[in-house]
Amino acid sequence: MLEIAIQGSKKYWLWIVLLLAVMGAGAIAYADQFLNGLQITGMSRDVSWGFYIANFTFLVGVAAGGVMVVIPYYLHDYERFHRITILGEFLAVACLVMCLLFIVVDLGQPIRMLNVLLYPTPHSMLFWDMIVLNGYLFLNIVVGWKVLEAERNQIEPVWWTKPLVYLSIPFAIGIHTVTAYLYCGLPGRGFWLTAILAPRFLASAFAAGPAFLIILCYIIRKFTKFDPGWEAMQTLSKIVCYAIIANLFFFACEVFVVYYSGIPGHLSHMQYLLFGLHGHNMMVPWMWSALILMGLGAIFLLIPKLRNNRALLPVTCAMIFFGAWIDKALGMIAGGFVPSPLHHVNEYAPTLQEGIIALGVYGAGLFVLTILYKLATTVKEEVRG
Amino acid sequence: MMIKSRRSFLKVAGIAAIGMGAAPVMNLAASEPHGSAQPKTEKNEETLHAERWGMVINTSKLNEEVVEAIKEACHKSHNVPDFTIEPDAEKYSGTRPVRDGQEIKWIWDEHFHYAFPDKEDEFLAEKFHDLPFLVTCNHCKNPPCVQACPTQATFKREDGIVLMDYHRCIGCRFCMAACPYGSRNFNFRDPRPFIEETDPDFPTRTKGVVEKCNLCAERLAKGEQPHCVEASEGAIVVGDLEDPESEIRTLLAEHYTIRRKQSLGTEPSVYYIV
Repeated sequence: MLEIAIQGSKKYWLWIVLLLAVMGAGAIAYADQFLNGLQITGMSRDVSWGFYIANFTFLVGVAAGGVMVVIPYYLHDYERFHRITILGEFLAVACLVMCLLFIVVDLGQPIRMLNVLLYPTPHSMLFWDMIVLNGYLFLNIVVGWKVLEAERNQIEPVWWTKPLVYLSIPFAIGIHTVTAYLYCGLPGRGFWLTAILAPRFLASAFAAGPAFLIILCYIIRKFTKFDPGWEAMQTLSKIVCYAIIANLFFFACEVFVVYYSGIPGHLSHMQYLLFGLHGHNMMVPWMWSALILMGLGAIFLLIPKLRNNRALLPVTCAMIFFGAWIDKALGMIAGGFVPSPLHHVNEYAPTLQEGIIALGVYGAGLFVLTILYKLATTVKEEVRG
Repeated sequence: MMIKSRRSFLKVAGIAAIGMGAAPVMNLAASEPHGSAQPKTEKNEETLHAERWGMVINTSKLNEEVVEAIKEACHKSHNVPDFTIEPDAEKYSGTRPVRDGQEIKWIWDEHFHYAFPDKEDEFLAEKFHDLPFLVTCNHCKNPPCVQACPTQATFKREDGIVLMDYHRCIGCRFCMAACPYGSRNFNFRDPRPFIEETDPDFPTRTKGVVEKCNLCAERLAKGEQPHCVEASEGAIVVGDLEDPESEIRTLLAEHYTIRRKQSLGTEPSVYYIV
């Protein structure tokens, strides 16, 4: 089936070359980091995680969001999702590849990374995160591939893909829950120390994942003969709508608790994000942009006339996706680490080189996504034609 | 082919057999008339032991000079890099300028409201505003860093000291996120150009690993007091928290002491007499 990926139009090859160039730039920037250490990043003693872990956290969410097409199709026999289920699964694969790459580029000693397997440590949440992330990646590759292959050969998928699909559902919930547990189990970080973190992560994931999927459906319609189906996209947009409202509601709960209780160790982080602290307010415009983007997006999806507007829907989805990215990637890291445990205020901004490395990872993810989607759409075209 | 490989196998096996036969002879030649060539391990009688090591810092005995002496004694002997120095241009050519906030410190001074952010008080006694409060790893009874570490590179020893294995650490910095006291450092770069004089008694670190105070475990093993205690002119006492007869317990019984962020339940082993 992989041979499909090496037959494409001029545009396809141009896109592949562009992605390879981005990956190459990232690799060169990373080679320098590998040799000289994480000194090239904007991270510090006080803000010890940065852009890499921020993007990791967000992409775990997008990966988990794939389950929003799997559940309706496999558990509720929702036929309209039949054509896009594979897109959700392959999106999860590409996102997980990026997640793992972001972890690797964040490590100070990447060549020792297998120590996590050599000295398995169940009391560390990172150990469980490794298991669920790799497990979910494996499940999606196997299921996606097998089902697509069966479709190509016009036969029923082999029987054991079904139990794997069912297994992938708790895994999807699991990857984001465990990723939230990385943060919310730490006693000294007031911003993260909240039981609603995992639910909030899931809500924003179920908004950002399907929102991105809708955008991808538009791109697929433009560049291939495969039509994912307008009805399916409309249902997806309703899922995004509910999920982004849930995310905003959870955020409001968070704001109420920290401001009404007024406990400084919790409040100071939110204060830093929303209004700035001791004259440091780098995050303020970002956070308000995120809230406005997500809020407006929710309104656009709530009103049926706006939701069903074919020209507006991709814009709305991009707003929600970008808003969720600021909220969960930038906000989660900056809010958690500023102020520091000693209440010093040291802000963080990624360096250019850090950005190029991150861009390289995104390039690699899009490369995987492009190839997998090329396979999926070509097979679907073949079968239909 | 088959025959050849069998023959060469036999050849190797034969040589190996000679080797095995030779081993005892070699050992005989190597050993002393009354001893064996085996490495010998024996307990150092002078090693200091404790059920749980702890520290008491008498803040009123500290002043700026003593604090500087303590920091220097600790950092010099543990090869902690000093990023304010200019590296040897010949030996370390092309060393890049150091970014703000990527420093490394094992023990340092903070103002009261940073050392004890949960005890901030607008009517705090005047003298506390300027007093230097020494902060370091608390060697917690329930260390969140040890819980977070995915490779057990940081671990709690039976005697309560929280240690680092610099060779196992993968540099994920989960422990730094977990520590409620900001006591952990990451080697964002190779620290060696910034060590003025390397102390051969302690390993230098490589880039990409986390490090922190080790309560001078290497000195306790030799029966010596930690560097900070020696340099503190009596302001710091280290001893066994579980021994009611110890000096540290006497101090705790006689003085009102506080610990950093007690409400988190990490049970820090560093006490402050204020």
